[in-house]
Amino acid sequence: MTDDQGVSVRLEELHRVYGPVRALDGLTLDLAPGELVALLGPSGCGKTTALRALGGLERLDSGRVLVDGADVTDTPANRRAMGMVFQAYSLFPNMTARDNVAFGLRLRHVAAGRRRSRASELLELVGLGPHAGHYPHQLSGGQQQRVAIARALAVEPRVLLLDEPLSALDAKVRAQLRDEIRRIQVEVGITTLFVTHDQEEALALADRVGVMSGGRLEQVGAPAHVYSRPATAFVADFVGITNRIAATASGGTASVLGTPVPLLDGSDDGEVTVLVRPEALEVTPDDTAEARVVAASFLGAVGRVQVRMPDENLLIAQVPSTTVADLTPGRPVRVTAHPVPALATARE
Amino acid sequence: MRRAGRWAVLVALGLYFALPLVAMAEFSTRGTGGHRSLHAWRSIGSDPDLIRAIVASLELAGLTAVLMLVLLLPTMTWVHLRLPHLRRTIEFVCLLPLTIPAIVIVVGIAPIYAWVTYLLGDSPLTLTFVYVILVLPYAYRALDAGLTGMDLHTLSEAALSLGASWWTMIWRIVVPNVRGAILSAGLISVAMVLGEFTIASLLDFQTVQVEINLLGKRNADISIAVSLAALLFAFVLLFALALAGRRRREAVDDR
Repeated sequence: MTDDQGVSVRLEELHRVYGPVRALDGLTLDLAPGELVALLGPSGCGKTTALRALGGLERLDSGRVLVDGADVTDTPANRRAMGMVFQAYSLFPNMTARDNVAFGLRLRHVAAGRRRSRASELLELVGLGPHAGHYPHQLSGGQQQRVAIARALAVEPRVLLLDEPLSALDAKVRAQLRDEIRRIQVEVGITTLFVTHDQEEALALADRVGVMSGGRLEQVGAPAHVYSRPATAFVADFVGITNRIAATASGGTASVLGTPVPLLDGSDDGEVTVLVRPEALEVTPDDTAEARVVAASFLGAVGRVQVRMPDENLLIAQVPSTTVADLTPGRPVRVTAHPVPALATARE
Repeated sequence: MRRAGRWAVLVALGLYFALPLVAMAEFSTRGTGGHRSLHAWRSIGSDPDLIRAIVASLELAGLTAVLMLVLLLPTMTWVHLRLPHLRRTIEFVCLLPLTIPAIVIVVGIAPIYAWVTYLLGDSPLTLTFVYVILVLPYAYRALDAGLTGMDLHTLSEAALSLGASWWTMIWRIVVPNVRGAILSAGLISVAMVLGEFTIASLLDFQTVQVEINLLGKRNADISIAVSLAALLFAFVLLFALALAGRRRREAVDDR
């Protein structure tokens, strides 16, 4: 759609304090041209504040926002040329879908004919061509968010900002629109910052995921890297499901359920808790074992089973769906670990 | 049974409101010798003082409504968006005129109006300034309901992110989406100005209510005819605005 392939963005040492709350505490993040970065974190971690700071809708106490190398920290929101899609439905109720999309072009004095064709083109892109004449109250939530995306793209922004745009939608529409956002972003090639508290959304959509906590980035990396090599216990806990298994670590290895497991950089030594993913555990029926199945669930391609260990620790393991039927509640099972690198934190 | 009760209430209310109007119509059309006459109604158009007062009142009503909206809507939008902690203070200030009797307002404002008259002349249109203050409580309530009813924060941020300036955002986004509230505030202002007597009389300006009062002393039937005409004008205005609002809603729904 646009000729350029996006611009680089740098958020540098951003600080923002609301009374006693540090919404941003020295956040630094780089986005490469055309890259989609998802900021992931719990409510209040500062991810939306960071996005709003980039959009010019939030004042910063200190820090710099650089777009394509230029400092835009003090540039007002209406001069930053950024497209934004909000969590709440934000279409102008007094305008049709087409007029909403054309609004930014009208402000830029684009001729009526060009405005109309550009709006139609973008509504086609988001699959809403036939709904161009509809008012927001005549569109579903998913359709409204698609129009909002088209409207944000209409002005050919340098950066696209998505502030939890899927959170108000039901699960099915959310999954559809998530894939569409990725398709459109790749097609347009625009640098995009996506904010969400939904890890599945972030991992599925982003080129890189930034996990935030307390106004700081805990880890930034490719989704697979963040998932399989969490830098901190917070990341391991927040992204995906994590089992906490007591072990003794030394020389970069810990014995987990009898298996020597290599430990990730940043792991502690001595008495530790090893953070193990469900897919790194194996559960096999064994009448001589002391562990017992608590519950097993069929999830389609895979199954998930909860096992109570002799020390009362509850573990969650991912198993092939074909074995779920054998793992009835109360069944004695043996749990072993695969030697997949894991993070270990000192036991409290 | 409930339906009958509802009708009984409606008829009683209708009579309560209609009877004085019918009585006014009857009185203003009384001729000599028990005949009906439209003499009083025809006289409305031939009394230059009355015509001047009617025109002045209509101009005052329009100016007051416009000035009130120009002052209040951007201010309230700004307070809603940027200074929400000041909402109670602004509301208190806007509601103050309700608690101050008109006579007290006149006593306080008379010395200022000596200067207003000195600087701007003695046109009744200078009453616009005091009338804007007078309509503030009612206009504030109407506009506040409209602004609270829309997602002002999100819509304004969406407009800003698309490149709109503050004034563009107010004109293209806020105004169309609080159209109903603006109509209500405008109508209340017009009705208040057309009915206001105390301040205009005490400050010695010739508005329609002051003129009706003077007419009533020398020619009661014309005075009643003008009063009834003013009431009917307000009703017609109200119906026209309600109709316009409904047609707009229907047009939006049809599309």
